[in-house]
Amino acid sequence: MNLTLKIWRQKGANDKGKIVDYPITEVSPDMSFLEMLDVLNQELIEKGEEPVAFDHDCREGICGSCSMFVNGQAHGPDSMVTVCQLHMRSFKDGDTIFIEPWRATAFPVIKDLIVDRSAFDRIQQAGGFISVNTSGNTQDANAIPIDKHDADTAFDAATCIGCGACVASCKNSSAMLFVSAKVSQFALLPQGKVEATDRVLNMVKQMDDEGFGNCTNTGACEVECPKGISLENIARMNREYLSASLKG
Amino acid sequence: MALDSKIPQGPIADKWTNHKNKINLVNPANKRLIDVIIVGTGLAGGSAAATLAELGYNVKAFCFQDSPRRAHSIAAQGGINAAKNYQGDGDSTYRLFYDTVKGGDYRSRESNVHRLAEVSTNIIDQCVAQGVPFARDYGGLLDNRSFGGVLVSRTFYAKGQTGQQLLLGAYSAMNRQIGRGKIKMHTRHEMLDVVIVDGKARGIIARNLVTGEIERHSAHAVVLGTGGYGNAFYLSTYAMGSNVTAAWKAHKRGAYFANPCYTQIHPTCIPVSGDHQSKLTLMSESLRNDGRIWVPKHKKDVEAIRDGSLKPTQLAEDDRDYYLERRYPAFGNLVPRDVASRAAKERCDAGYGVNKTGEAVYLDFASAFMRYGKEQAHVKGLDEDDAILIRKLGQEIVKNKYGNLFQMYEKIVDQNPYETPMMIYPAVHYTMGGIWVDYNLMTTVPGLYAIGEANFSDHGANRLGASALMQGLADGYFVLPYTIGDYLADDIRTGPISIDSKEFDEAEKSATEIIDKLVNNNGTHSVDYFHKKLGKIMWNKCGMARNEKDLKEAITEIAELREEFWKDVKIPGEANEYNEELAKAGRVADFLELGELFAKDALVREESAGGHFRDEYQTPEGEAMRRKEFQFVSAWEFKGEPKDAVLHKEDLVYENIEVKERSYK
Ligand SMILES: Cc1cc2nc3c(=O)[nH]c(=O)nc-3n(C[C@H](O)[C@H](O)[C@H](O)COP(=O)(O)OP(=O)(O)OC[C@H]3O[C@@H](n4cnc5c(N)ncnc54)[C@H](O)[C@@H]3O)c2cc1C
Ligand code: SF4
Ligand code: FES
Repeated sequence: MNLTLKIWRQKGANDKGKIVDYPITEVSPDMSFLEMLDVLNQELIEKGEEPVAFDHDCREGICGSCSMFVNGQAHGPDSMVTVCQLHMRSFKDGDTIFIEPWRATAFPVIKDLIVDRSAFDRIQQAGGFISVNTSGNTQDANAIPIDKHDADTAFDAATCIGCGACVASCKNSSAMLFVSAKVSQFALLPQGKVEATDRVLNMVKQMDDEGFGNCTNTGACEVECPKGISLENIARMNREYLSASLKG
Repeated sequence: MALDSKIPQGPIADKWTNHKNKINLVNPANKRLIDVIIVGTGLAGGSAAATLAELGYNVKAFCFQDSPRRAHSIAAQGGINAAKNYQGDGDSTYRLFYDTVKGGDYRSRESNVHRLAEVSTNIIDQCVAQGVPFARDYGGLLDNRSFGGVLVSRTFYAKGQTGQQLLLGAYSAMNRQIGRGKIKMHTRHEMLDVVIVDGKARGIIARNLVTGEIERHSAHAVVLGTGGYGNAFYLSTYAMGSNVTAAWKAHKRGAYFANPCYTQIHPTCIPVSGDHQSKLTLMSESLRNDGRIWVPKHKKDVEAIRDGSLKPTQLAEDDRDYYLERRYPAFGNLVPRDVASRAAKERCDAGYGVNKTGEAVYLDFASAFMRYGKEQAHVKGLDEDDAILIRKLGQEIVKNKYGNLFQMYEKIVDQNPYETPMMIYPAVHYTMGGIWVDYNLMTTVPGLYAIGEANFSDHGANRLGASALMQGLADGYFVLPYTIGDYLADDIRTGPISIDSKEFDEAEKSATEIIDKLVNNNGTHSVDYFHKKLGKIMWNKCGMARNEKDLKEAITEIAELREEFWKDVKIPGEANEYNEELAKAGRVADFLELGELFAKDALVREESAGGHFRDEYQTPEGEAMRRKEFQFVSAWEFKGEPKDAVLHKEDLVYENIEVKERSYK
């Protein structure tokens, strides 16, 4: 197929940036979206132009590096996939495709499609852990049975890949889905309950300090999340936060 | 220099305990005076960084991704081994030790493997305490599955995302220490060299990938947890950024490189679809618990399948060749990876491959659907003769176990694996070789350590499934934190290491020269152009089967390609900005050196062992033929050019396990 790509080019954080058109030919439907960009980049390099910069690493939907809007949708038109898992068979000959970086105050652009998501790390550093040292004599892993349903729900929350699509898709740039996924994982497990109060207060405070917006329950995050992280996590975090605030 | 593996004296089961009791410790107040650099924050580096910081050391950690949470370890799917014997099926420390040594085709160091088996159980306890949500059964206890090459069920898992959950556990432990200021994390940084002062590793040169700035960082010891080098093959299951640069630069500064030719080619990956292919995707080995591997028995059916006139589901049972079950009745579909990969290659080379390129075999779940379905129907009191119902019930169970893998397959191949068998083919997956380390995980450079996949120590010539995660976390949580103290005990009065020395000047200069050369080269071809060419040589001549002629050709061709690369590579953009092509070029330049040593190592090893198969050395049945005279570790010393590397041998002594022919029949 032949396509027209309209890609956001921005040299650095202080550059204004603009959309640039690139025609591309002979795209195979079996290519992944990023492989299609690879082909474009090879052409640009051979012409002596700078390739389009984008974050990527695992290319199998698990590292959370890849991040871009494709035709206005985070990770593109398919649901439950990251953009590295998107394949060109989802497009048709003659299509025009807009490709842009995440847009959020807390995620400044570094170059082209690459943004700085270190705010997510700082939120985790504020409380996204269980305070247990490595000792080699913690209690036996089977000492506390955990209800399978709780364990599975904790696991589902823990599968967040930290990609930032939730923030990028939210009109308020809220990070609630991301933060609530971690809070939920630990709130559902007995090991995590000990520090639950401090955890939720600290993580929410850091989230606010980073400049993420408020949650107004539009649910756009859940729709665009490639891992299907559920809005129930936000409800759970709100409960945790309320009871922590009452205690604190 | 003679190799000293520093294996402690005494009976194997007591070595580690005795060693820990005897080595030097650094008192808590003095740990505050000591800096440790950890390059790499995957399972090995991440767990080491967190633990050393908990102990009180000042840790400086580095990774090239934008967050430690994105290290390649995140992609591990199937699980992690531990000798817990929760299933009561006869597992023990000894059995895990034995399986690992045998699985490695008697080419690993007994003492290291035994220690690994000993601490394996602590890993599971530690991870559960951190909140890692492993799979559980209905009684709320931890569940297990089986992996290849063993007869017990000792693999702990979190659906198909075990690596993700373990890495996020280590990441959370790191975050706690970053929050406390005990770890200073440098993301989007690439290590370009190690700095050696008075014979000891005292720092690194790193490039800030966002600004392009070259930075100096000093410490009392340097730890490399930088992963494996399988991307030398271009196509592999590794993440795109995985590289050998850190390990290779350490090698050039004096660290011996061990067994570079030991590479694992994983049997169950999604076959190549075209020239645009940038990476290969693994289908977890856990699938071999329930999937059966086959090709058609008759060539005419192969033809019909290839031209689309016959569907695999239409082929009668009698016309299928379940070749693993046929050749290896005892282990069947669960033979170790090297054996399974070679068997697939054998069938495809003989013309039985089932896709257009002839390089694919089937992995079929139809029997599993029926088996689980029957069980479910029985439990639920439903009609056990209703085949459609049973199939559906069985599919639900399989979905529960491997849902995300099936989904991943469908996304990539655009075929529904619940309806038609998966197609798979072997792909490069893991490197058993790596930097040589002694029992303390120290390289031949004092104060320079290597952990996780970056070192060579525990898997011999072939790694068993679910053992890499175990080794990474064992090294980082439970081994290095002890052994590094023994070395650092001498450094409590050293004081901070200055970055204003001639050694730092020299290392920075050498890193800058390489970068300047690359950006100003003005050639005609992109980095990928050369990387793909290297990959082809590696796959065709140093891949699943090797021989003298091919290896000799590979050595010459790689050296020529390297020369061409330096003459003709083209890198747009500048050095002082975000420039992915420049970063890639540095990595490929190192792969082009490593590749040559790889081929040289394979040439010297005139035997077949594990992942290293030499056509000249096979039994009449086509199995790998080990040779007693090669019962050693090849540790290569750098001498200016890969071709001039000097071989040192560490003899492998087996006192606790009888070296036998490795049979899975
Ligand atoms: C698809 C897949 C599935 C797997 N499944 C399993 C499984 O089920 N069970 C199992 O046991 N094993 C599995 N493995 C193997 C296992 O995942 C790896 O061997 C293991 O995770 C390696 O961990 P590591 O910490 O040594 O290195 P990595 O996780 O590779 O981490 C390397 C780190 O080093 C950093 N780094 C590298 N080079 C530089 C540099 N020059 N400068 C700065 N930083 C650098 C990176 O940023 C990263 O942080 C799997 C592997 C793959 C590819
Ligand atoms: S919640 Fe979903 S969208 Fe948000 S960071 Fe996690 S995986 Fe990405
Ligand atoms: S590149 Fe890892 S999720 Fe897309």
